[in-house]
Amino acid sequence: MRVMRTKMAAVGEKDVVLAFKALGLTVIPTQTEAEVSAAVRKLAMEKYAVIFITEDAAAAIPEQISRYREEMLPAIIPIPGSRGSNNYGMSRIHANVEKAVGVDILLTKEGNAE
Amino acid sequence: MAILRVNPTRMELSRLKKRLAVAVRGHKLMKDKRDEMMRRFIILVRENAALRQKVEKELTAALSEFALARGVMSPEMMEQALMYPARKAEIDVERRNIMSVHVPKFTIGEESLKEAVLSYGLVQTSPQLDGAIAGLAKLLPDLIRLAEIEKTCDLLANEIEKTRRRVNALEHVMIPQLKETIKFITMKLDENERANLTRLMKVKEMIAERNV
Repeated sequence: MRVMRTKMAAVGEKDVVLAFKALGLTVIPTQTEAEVSAAVRKLAMEKYAVIFITEDAAAAIPEQISRYREEMLPAIIPIPGSRGSNNYGMSRIHANVEKAVGVDILLTKEGNAE
Repeated sequence: MAILRVNPTRMELSRLKKRLAVAVRGHKLMKDKRDEMMRRFIILVRENAALRQKVEKELTAALSEFALARGVMSPEMMEQALMYPARKAEIDVERRNIMSVHVPKFTIGEESLKEAVLSYGLVQTSPQLDGAIAGLAKLLPDLIRLAEIEKTCDLLANEIEKTRRRVNALEHVMIPQLKETIKFITMKLDENERANLTRLMKVKEMIAERNV
């Protein structure tokens, strides 16, 4: 099987993504919706495999996110900002379950666990 | 259920019967595919949810420490400290095949797991920064695993939805329609056969009468 060597990137508010720079990720700090959109498009074009994006930034560009969701690469992964998570990432998982199964089977399970 | 608009001929009948056989076989295969995908999806999505919960918790902790470090240090110092990363974040991407859905498999390159994380001297930076970066570095394998699983779940969910629609379309539309149409043609052909028979009997009768 063909193995591709690619890079990772982080997009979002400067406070958050700058931390990833220390790990060697490509970091694009963004503030406006247009900046986020441009950054994601550029990274996807340059064949980045994994793009970490802050939840707020991801929420600003829903169309683009859902477009890349159907393709194998890049994997756009929402991460919580410095203010903690607003459940954007979790809701995505639940949406997936609902799409595939028809009902959210995780919801009840979590309710019991916590 | 509406029947297909076809000519009630033997040709058409045998064509439809072939189509029905294909549809039934396809339906069975598709259903098996859906069931197996569902099984894998559920295992994966459970792991996904648990992993995300863990990663979000730890990431928030690491990031708040980082925010603290930012508060202590001047922004210029910070940028300078982080300007040249000590490691490269490279991952190997492989393509895996789950029930003919192509999903990526990520492996971190070795250079990305070297011990040394800090790209700066310890003199001018605050200890919080060290902690934050160490925490993040420890989290990186989990983050990549999360990326892999989440992408896999995305793709699988899509494919399951598609397959389910196909199964339903076959089960509730195609197959009943074909069956009904086949029935219709058979009835029509039988009816024609009977009409022909009675006509022949009638003719025979008329000829017999004339000969008397």
